[in-house]
Amino acid sequence: MLHYILKRLLYFIPTLLIIYTVAFLMMRAAPGSPFAQEKDLPPEVLQARIEKYYADRPVYQYFRYAWDLATLRGMNSIRYPDRNVVRDILVPAFPVSLSLGICALSLALVVGTAAGVVSAARPRSLADYSAMAGALVGVSQPSFVIAAVLLAVFSFWLRWLPVGGWGRPSQLILPALALAALPAAYIARLVRAGMLEVLSADYIRTARAKGLRERTVLLDHALRNAWLPVLGYLGPAAAAVFTGSFVVEKIFAIPGVGQHFVDSALHRDHPLILATVLLYAVLLVAFNLLVDVAYAWFDPRIRYD
Amino acid sequence: MTDPSRGNAGAAPGPAGLVRPALSPTRLALRRFRRNRLALAGLVVLVAIVAAAIGGFVQDRLAAWRGEPEPYRTSLPGIHPQPPSLVPFRPFGTDPLGRDMLARTLVGGCVSLGVGLAAAIVSVLVGTVWGLVAGYVGRGVDTVMMRVVDVLYGLPYILLVILLLVLFTQQYAWVRVTALFLAIGGVSWLTMARVVRGQVLALREAEFIQAARAMGTRTGRIIFREMMPNLAGTILVCATLTVPMAILQESFLSFLGLGVPPPLASWGTLASDAMGALNPVQAYWWLMVFPCAFLGATLLGLNFVGDGLRDAFDPRAR
Repeated sequence: MLHYILKRLLYFIPTLLIIYTVAFLMMRAAPGSPFAQEKDLPPEVLQARIEKYYADRPVYQYFRYAWDLATLRGMNSIRYPDRNVVRDILVPAFPVSLSLGICALSLALVVGTAAGVVSAARPRSLADYSAMAGALVGVSQPSFVIAAVLLAVFSFWLRWLPVGGWGRPSQLILPALALAALPAAYIARLVRAGMLEVLSADYIRTARAKGLRERTVLLDHALRNAWLPVLGYLGPAAAAVFTGSFVVEKIFAIPGVGQHFVDSALHRDHPLILATVLLYAVLLVAFNLLVDVAYAWFDPRIRYD
Repeated sequence: MTDPSRGNAGAAPGPAGLVRPALSPTRLALRRFRRNRLALAGLVVLVAIVAAAIGGFVQDRLAAWRGEPEPYRTSLPGIHPQPPSLVPFRPFGTDPLGRDMLARTLVGGCVSLGVGLAAAIVSVLVGTVWGLVAGYVGRGVDTVMMRVVDVLYGLPYILLVILLLVLFTQQYAWVRVTALFLAIGGVSWLTMARVVRGQVLALREAEFIQAARAMGTRTGRIIFREMMPNLAGTILVCATLTVPMAILQESFLSFLGLGVPPPLASWGTLASDAMGALNPVQAYWWLMVFPCAFLGATLLGLNFVGDGLRDAFDPRAR
C-alpha cells in the first residue's frame, strides 16, 4: 500500500506537467489575443506589453511560467497588470472558496448519505419517496435557480439571512445550501442505488440471520460497500466544490476563486489561466489519490499490486 | 452460478411440473419495467416533452419553409412581457421582446434535450469501454488510461468548454450548437469511466469471475456475459444522471452567456434570462416558471426512468 502511494506521488509531478502543457497548448491555440481590448494603444506600448508577458516567445513563456508557478512566485495578470496571480489574486480568494466548499461538501455528504440509507432501508415507503423527491429537486434545477429561490424565500420574504457578502457565518448558509444541493442529491442517489444492490447480497442475509440489529446491518455491513460509487464521485466533486462555483459566488457576491476560472478563460488572461488550472489540478490529483486509497480501505477485495 | 441473470431462461420445469415459458433476460427486464408505475409515468412525461419539443421545432421549420416568421424569434405586436393568456392563445405569456414563450420553451427543449442526448451517448460509448478496459486489464494499461482521465479531469471543464466554444465563433447557429454538443459531450464521459472502473476493480476479484476465468472463459465473454449484467445498474444510473448533468451544464454555460446564440433559446438561456428580469417590484414569474418546469419535469422523468431500468435490469431482482 505504501509502495502504491509512493508510486502515485511520483506520478504527481508528470501528471501536473502534462496538465500544464495541455492547458498551455490549448490556451495558445485558442483564437483571440489577451491584448485585444487595447487596440488603441500605441504600437510600441503594445509591443512592450507583449514582451513583458513573453507572448512573442512561446517556448520561453512555457518554461518561464512553469517555473514561476512551481516556485509559487507567480507572475502578473494581463487583465490586471499590477496584480500577481498567486500573491494578489488566488491566495486571498482561495480560503474563501475552501471554507465555503468544506461547509457545502460536509452538508452534502451527511444529508446525501442519510437520505440514501433511509430510502434504501425501506424501498417504496413514504420515507423513500420523500427523500428521493428532495434529491430530485437537487438534480432537477440549475444552481442559479436554486440560489434564486433560496434568496427569494430566506432573504427577501422571511428576511432571516443576508442577501450576500462574505465574513459572517450567516452569510455562509445560503451559498453553502445552493452549492450542496447538487452533490447531496447525487450522493443520495448513488448511496440508494448502491445500498439496494448490496442489500440483496448473501452476506447481508447472513448478518440478518445471525440476529444483528438492522442498524448494524445497514450502517456497518451494507454502507461500507454501498459507498464505493460515492467515493469515485467524491474526488472530482471535492475539487470542483473547493475551487468554488462561479454561479453561486457571483449570485451571493462572494470573493472566491470561481470567478477567476471563468474570467481568465473568457479574457484569455494567460498567466491567470495557468495558475487556476494548476490550482485545480493539484487539488484534483490529490483528491483522486485519497479516493483510490480509500477504495482499498473500504473494500478489502481491491488490491493494488 | 456463472450468470445469475439467466436463472429464468430456458424451459425449466417448475416444482409442480409446470413448464415456465422461455423468456430472455431482456424481456423479463422489460416486463419488470412495465410493472413500475413511477418509471412508466416518468417515461410518459419524457415522451410527451420530447414530442412537444419536436412538435415546436417542426412548427418553426414549417413556418420558415412557408416563408412566414418563425414563432420563436418573432416579436408580437403590443406591450410586453404579457402574462399567460388563453385568448389570444399564449399559454406561457410573452417575453420582454414580445416573443411567444410557448414557442421559445419548445424550441429551447430541442436544444437542451439534444445536449443531454449527445452527452449520454458519448459517456456510455466512451466512458464504459474506457473504464472496463482499464479496470479489467489492470496494471500498466490501467495506470496509463486512468492518467489520461486524470489529465482531462485535471483541466477545469469550464476552461475546456470555453476554449472549445471560442474555436467556433462563426455566425452559423448550427455550428455553435454543434460545438456546444461536442464540448459538453467531450467532458461528460470521464465520470462514467471512473465509476465503471471502480466497480470492475471490485468485480474482478469476485468469486464468479475467478471461477469463469479458471474455467477458461474468453475475456470478451467474461466482460459481456459475466460482468455486464452486474455493471448494467451502475452504467444506467450513471448515464441517466449524465443527461441531467449535461442539461444543467448547458444552463450553466447559458448563465455565463456562452449558451446557444440568440435568438435561438434553450431552457438554460430562458431561465437565466428570466433571472435577469426577476425583481422584487414586478414579478414576471412566467418567464422563469415555464422553462424551469419543463427542465425539472424532464430531469425528473429521466431519473424515474433510470431508476426503473436499474431495478428492471438488476439480475438479483426477483
